[in-house]
Amino acid sequence: MSKDQKYWKENIDLIVKCLSIWFISSYVFSIILVEQLNAIKIGGYKLGFWFAQQGSIYIFVILIFYYAFKMDQIDQRQRPSNK
Amino acid sequence: MSLQLLTFIIVGFTFAIYIGIAFWARARSTDEFYVAGGDIHPVANGMATAADWMSAASFISMAGLIAFFGYGGSVFLMGWTGGYVLLALLLAPYLRKHGTFTVPEFISDRYYSKTARVVAVVCLIIASVTYVIGQMKGIGVAFSRFLEVDYDQGLMVGMAIVFIYAVMGGMKGITYTQIAQYVIMIIAYTIPAIFISFMLTGNPIPQIGLGSTMEDGSYLLDKLDQVVTELGFKEYTTNKRLSLFNMFFYTLSLMIGTAGLPHVIMRFFTVPSVKAARSSAGWALVFIAVLYTTAPAVAAMARLNLMTTIDQPTKENNLAYNERPSWFRNWEKTGLLQFEDKNGDGLIEYTGLDNNEMVKVDRDIMVLANPEIAGLPNWVIALVAAGGLAAALSTAAGLLLAISSSISHDLLKGVFRPDISEKDELRASRVAMAGSIAVAGYFGFNPPDFAAGTVALAFGLAASSLFPALMMGIFSKTMNKEGAIAGMLAGIGVTLLYVFQHKGIMFIKSTAFLGSMEPNWFFGIEPNAIGAIGAVVNFLVAYFVSKQYPEIPSKVKNMVEQIRLP
Repeated sequence: MSKDQKYWKENIDLIVKCLSIWFISSYVFSIILVEQLNAIKIGGYKLGFWFAQQGSIYIFVILIFYYAFKMDQIDQRQRPSNK
Repeated sequence: MSLQLLTFIIVGFTFAIYIGIAFWARARSTDEFYVAGGDIHPVANGMATAADWMSAASFISMAGLIAFFGYGGSVFLMGWTGGYVLLALLLAPYLRKHGTFTVPEFISDRYYSKTARVVAVVCLIIASVTYVIGQMKGIGVAFSRFLEVDYDQGLMVGMAIVFIYAVMGGMKGITYTQIAQYVIMIIAYTIPAIFISFMLTGNPIPQIGLGSTMEDGSYLLDKLDQVVTELGFKEYTTNKRLSLFNMFFYTLSLMIGTAGLPHVIMRFFTVPSVKAARSSAGWALVFIAVLYTTAPAVAAMARLNLMTTIDQPTKENNLAYNERPSWFRNWEKTGLLQFEDKNGDGLIEYTGLDNNEMVKVDRDIMVLANPEIAGLPNWVIALVAAGGLAAALSTAAGLLLAISSSISHDLLKGVFRPDISEKDELRASRVAMAGSIAVAGYFGFNPPDFAAGTVALAFGLAASSLFPALMMGIFSKTMNKEGAIAGMLAGIGVTLLYVFQHKGIMFIKSTAFLGSMEPNWFFGIEPNAIGAIGAVVNFLVAYFVSKQYPEIPSKVKNMVEQIRLP
């Protein structure tokens, strides 16, 4: 595997990881399993409702910065000369 | 000082700021402003993107829809934020690396075809014009209330102002104006939310207030559930939008659409590096999230205040029509709030049952009416008006520029008349802009849905056409022009057909040949949510068609490999 291919594969792996979390927080917790999660309450929030209207948005923000941070690391490791 | 006068002063003052900044920034910049965009810090670019992004649908309409749908309104919250994850991970860094200035230009390079470019332009125009129609609804609501005229007259004034604003031109391109607009917008949105959250729960942070207890010790959301169910409405925190299945596709459609909308993607062409493109999307979402996590609190608290103001647990204590507060009278003038005394007792009954006497409560008025219902000071109410107008005008102007540039730059200069002079190109773009405002305004008089619903249709159209073509262009080294063109046409075709058959051809209701009735919906998916299915069709058609045609040239293959490296 060439260096470029390896770089691309690491990128894809990271994307898959991040998008899995994206999917779980928005589609699984907030929609598919919302009724089950609503049985749990945090303060006045039902948990499923909280994920749908608050939690998933916070997770999206964290995900993008996490991806940007990890990609910077990969960039530096794999392509140090390429600035 | 009267509310109307105060509103004029505050709105006028904010407009003066925008214009002032535009002149100041323009005086120091050259026509290379975009290229010099490298100077703009990712945080500043993120803030400008947020202003560009958050429109009348986000500011005026969304919380109103959530207020009435409750949990079902979550599709807008997740859909319009989650798309940024797709944008940051799947598109922005690569499109920035390739370095074109419009979306159809990238499609044309990657699919080595002018036909593909034309198809992309057509998709872009259809999606963007639909988006502008949604803005027009919001603009009409805002202007009708603050000029105290009916909706149609308000819309006409709004159209004129959008036209002037957009044709003043380049102004929009100046990032600093948008930063100012963001600041006005976010102050206008959060201040009333903080006030109301503090009044109801004692906690000034709306995101926490929403989960807190009220004076009587019960949780706000529990109280709201109780109030609305007693009046025959569905429970707020569990009310689904049709079904969970429908909500799944609605959310998906909005997310993919976000990542496929040209005026958003374009912003990432102007950041200095691939690295900056990644983090800039994150900053944009931070600034968007400030409004989007506040909106659920605004929605729930507005609904609670509305219900408890009008309808009381004991019927005799209901609000008497003759004693209705001034916000009620003012909104009646717009025709967006209507009362009919069915039982003739002079009292207002507002329920989810047949005896409901509030025959019309337009969802789009909730955010603007909210501070008045809660009895906040006049300057707060005026500020909300200024914020709503900033949101609607900045996005409408941005979209109109995207439309007109795609016509003059991509269609005329790029394909049909490469030798066009700069002056003619500019003239063509102005004509295109005027045309789009007229078309959007025309539909604005009979909007197909609430502002946010109409905008959702636009997202469906972008989701089904542009996003798959862009994504395959980056992540597939085998997708050829035939596949991409067929995919785009099939995706947007399926989506348009579905929308038209249920909402009317060109949104003219009487021509809806299958009616908007639910039994005819494909697996119970509403037309606003069909974009996700359109995107799947796009991917499938593109895949199968591409197998029938020759491989892509090796030159293009190399190009794809280059795009993937930072």
